[in-house]
Amino acid sequence: MSAAGKSGLVSKTLAVLLKDLRSELRTRYAICAIIMFAVVTVVAVGFATGGITLEKDLQGILLWLVIYFASMAGIGQSFIKEEENRTSLALRLFAYPPSVYGGKYLFNLMLLFVLEIIVVPLFAMLVGLQVKCYVLFFSVLILGTIGLAGTTTIIAAIISKTSTKGVLFAVLSFPLILPLLIMAILLKRLGGVAGVNFLCSSNVCLRIFTFRLCLE
Amino acid sequence: MKLILEKITKTFPGQKVFRDISVEVNKGQTLIINGPNGSGKTTLIKIISSLLLPTAGKVVFNYNGKDLTGSDILPYIGLVTPDLFVYDELTAFENLNFFAEVSGLVVANFEIKLAQFGLKGRGYDLVGTYSSGMKQRLKYILALMRNPPLLLLDEPMVNLDDQGKSMVEDIIKSHDGITVVTTNEKENLKYVGGREIRLGE
Repeated sequence: MSAAGKSGLVSKTLAVLLKDLRSELRTRYAICAIIMFAVVTVVAVGFATGGITLEKDLQGILLWLVIYFASMAGIGQSFIKEEENRTSLALRLFAYPPSVYGGKYLFNLMLLFVLEIIVVPLFAMLVGLQVKCYVLFFSVLILGTIGLAGTTTIIAAIISKTSTKGVLFAVLSFPLILPLLIMAILLKRLGGVAGVNFLCSSNVCLRIFTFRLCLE
Repeated sequence: MKLILEKITKTFPGQKVFRDISVEVNKGQTLIINGPNGSGKTTLIKIISSLLLPTAGKVVFNYNGKDLTGSDILPYIGLVTPDLFVYDELTAFENLNFFAEVSGLVVANFEIKLAQFGLKGRGYDLVGTYSSGMKQRLKYILALMRNPPLLLLDEPMVNLDDQGKSMVEDIIKSHDGITVVTTNEKENLKYVGGREIRLGE
């Protein structure tokens, strides 16, 4: 497989991406779940904090939490759907594995960028975002999204053959994404959104982490 | 070209499926795996195609002087099985083009292929709208797309009408590599001929 499989890796990866995009446009399997979850969360936070100007510290944390939990609602579907529709066998027979990962990674990345195009302006309107440096803000958003897509795609591939996909996806992805989230939240401070210090931010994330552990 | 099964044994927890199956099949030969439901025919096909590991023993596919084992066999097989599904939300052309692209193939005209397999004029229809027999025909186009030297057919006649069955018969007869066929329908064996393994006895 190796020599034959590696040749044309880019075109094979793009073929997987185009197939997933076409499939998603026809079924709207993941995009609806992700966007609805994000919009409902942002609107709920907006109403809950209505009239109150949130501390800059909290804005970055809340934005990343909305993006993270919204992505959890649908980002794993690209691999899970292959198992549920039983098309994974055909994919395994015909496709070179790195091209499958690459295609699905690019698909998830695009899905997250679409989510952010909707969520960030909505968040700014309903909750408020005070951005000092737009270059840094968008750099952190893009880099955080690249990391989030990469981690969740590989976890989705791992858990797609298990029977308790939803639970495992959250349990496995959270500790892996936690350092990324901490970094993104802290870097948002440089972008002017959050003003928390490292200790405070770590405590917030640690509390979320332990809370989830207790629940699960 | 040679397919060698060396003392293949498969057990699942608390259940022995089959034990010590050994056979050699050469180019141009057909191996028939026969037996009642639950005897392990599909399991053996999956082991031959490297989609499932045997509990003991090994499968070797000798091709162009190289001994291939495990997932190295995958690019050389064409598989038709009830477990194989294509994308319902894509058309037949989109499915075929996708699998050709990810395999690194350029297939000039799928319209001719579809016509050969009785699906003329249905290439732009979503596969989800196909009957089970039409989906089975599409699986044959996929399986033969790479001109595989090792053709594995699990319950090959399922869902097919008489015309479809004779199409499968022609495929088996004309395949110049190694063909492995599973069946529990004794009447189908008359089409096939060749060496036979009987499971579940």
